Amino acid sequence: MIIKTEKAIPASEITDPLVFNKRRQIIKAMLATMLTGSGIVPALANNNKPVWGDLPKSNLSNDSLLLTPAEIIKNHTNYYEFSFNKTDATTLAQSLPVDPWSVEISGEVEKPGSYYLEDILRQQTLQEHIYRFRCVEAWSMVVPWVGFSLGSLLKMVKPLSTANFVKFTTVYQPKIMPSQANNTMLEWPYVEALRMDEAMHPLTILAVGMYGDTLPKQNGAPLRLVVPWKYGFKSIKAIVKIELLKRPPTTTWNKFAPNDYGFYANVNPEVAHPRWSQNSERQLGSSFFTPRRQTELFNGYGEQVASLYSDMDLRHFF
Amino acid sequence: MVFQYNKLQSLTIIACLLPLLLLLVDIAFNNLGANPIQALHMRLGDWSLRFLWLTLAITPIQSVTKWRGMTDYRQILGLYVFFYATLHVLVYLLVDHALVWHIIGIDIIESSYIWLGILAYCIIFLLALTSPKWAKKRMGKTWKKLHRLIYIAAGAAILHYYWQLKGNLAEPLFYLIIIILLLSFRVAVWFKNRKFNKMMIPTGQKVQVMVAKQVVMSETIREPQVTILKSDMKR
Repeated sequence: MIIKTEKAIPASEITDPLVFNKRRQIIKAMLATMLTGSGIVPALANNNKPVWGDLPKSNLSNDSLLLTPAEIIKNHTNYYEFSFNKTDATTLAQSLPVDPWSVEISGEVEKPGSYYLEDILRQQTLQEHIYRFRCVEAWSMVVPWVGFSLGSLLKMVKPLSTANFVKFTTVYQPKIMPSQANNTMLEWPYVEALRMDEAMHPLTILAVGMYGDTLPKQNGAPLRLVVPWKYGFKSIKAIVKIELLKRPPTTTWNKFAPNDYGFYANVNPEVAHPRWSQNSERQLGSSFFTPRRQTELFNGYGEQVASLYSDMDLRHFF
Repeated sequence: MVFQYNKLQSLTIIACLLPLLLLLVDIAFNNLGANPIQALHMRLGDWSLRFLWLTLAITPIQSVTKWRGMTDYRQILGLYVFFYATLHVLVYLLVDHALVWHIIGIDIIESSYIWLGILAYCIIFLLALTSPKWAKKRMGKTWKKLHRLIYIAAGAAILHYYWQLKGNLAEPLFYLIIIILLLSFRVAVWFKNRKFNKMMIPTGQKVQVMVAKQVVMSETIREPQVTILKSDMKR
């Protein structure tokens, strides 16, 4: 009789994605050298200095996580304003002008106004935040974001006690963003929102970079939201407007398919999407034959955020 | 010999392996993008769908062109549907899930799009199993009935594709249109044959008279066709 036992894969056996990628690069470079006969290997040369460099790490950073290679993060985006294809925005988004950039902050605040991103950054402390990013499509990556606390920006404009929700709006550039011009699928511009306590939570950041460098345009430059315990679609890109509101606003995906995409969109392996399971996820950068990762409640940030939802039925408020 | 093929058929068999070859090249050169496992899985699914509608196109092509011996190609293409669908399933189980059964179990239970895929695969599996000529001979009329299930498989496979998408529906829609066109061709042929058979009972001049009467009747009172036929026969 054969008795099968659970075989856990020791961490030492999993190829570090960085090593994996480097290996691939070397093989590719070798092949290229063989084919062209040139001895120079440009793929391995990297002379560009990162803009932000080494920043202090946020104390909520997940240092133990293996980072997803930057090349993967840069070439796997859901930027529907440009395309439904995950690699198209890598080139298409490059035509988006991001400098200068200003953000309009309005609604239930004492100091509404239009603020230049430059001025905002002067008053905020940038940190590196290593977060797991889990998409509703059941894949995840680990990104070293460069950003600052959204709460600290909101404090700067002094929210009124009547502010219960924070609404974010993406830039409207139909001349550059094909889906906006053609009115494809979703209602444009893209809108997302958080409850006030979610917005003020120290995990919630506005990102301006990743891997110590400025944010690539396809990843939401120059300013995007990152809410690590929620599905990726909540983390809205290229923000031009932040409104503090009394009542909950309608958000883009929730309006498009209310049964599929809830307002909260907290990562939850127990609550399946109507058409697919959310129980496991594919970690980008992992090699063939690597098992999927078991998805965690609140994407593993339960210790920090579970208390926000303690009296709520997470099945109902998905 | 169970399998005997002429030159053109052997060429077809080899040509159908090209998508797999290209896929292997893309794996070797790391050309599958940021999520290579999903890309591999999708490519195999796409090819089984493409072979599926190619298989379905054979019969209409045969009846339009009057070419003989197309059924052999239908069998070859049909078996390739099974081949690519099997690889698609194996990639899901092995490459993506590394046979971690408890995660696979929950994934299947909670993902309705996978149920449709399983339905399609079960049908394709049965059809591949009963594909050999001796099976066709032994099953007689049942074979034809069983193999009509391919339209159910096609519908399920397209829904399976559509169901797991978040946004862009262009490609599954394109496949759906092809399948609907092919199916409506079959239905049209079936209707045509049925009408023709009815009209074939009387012959010669009577047919013309009957058709003329039918037109008049349908313009005045609506009576079932059968009565007209019967009264016509008595005379």
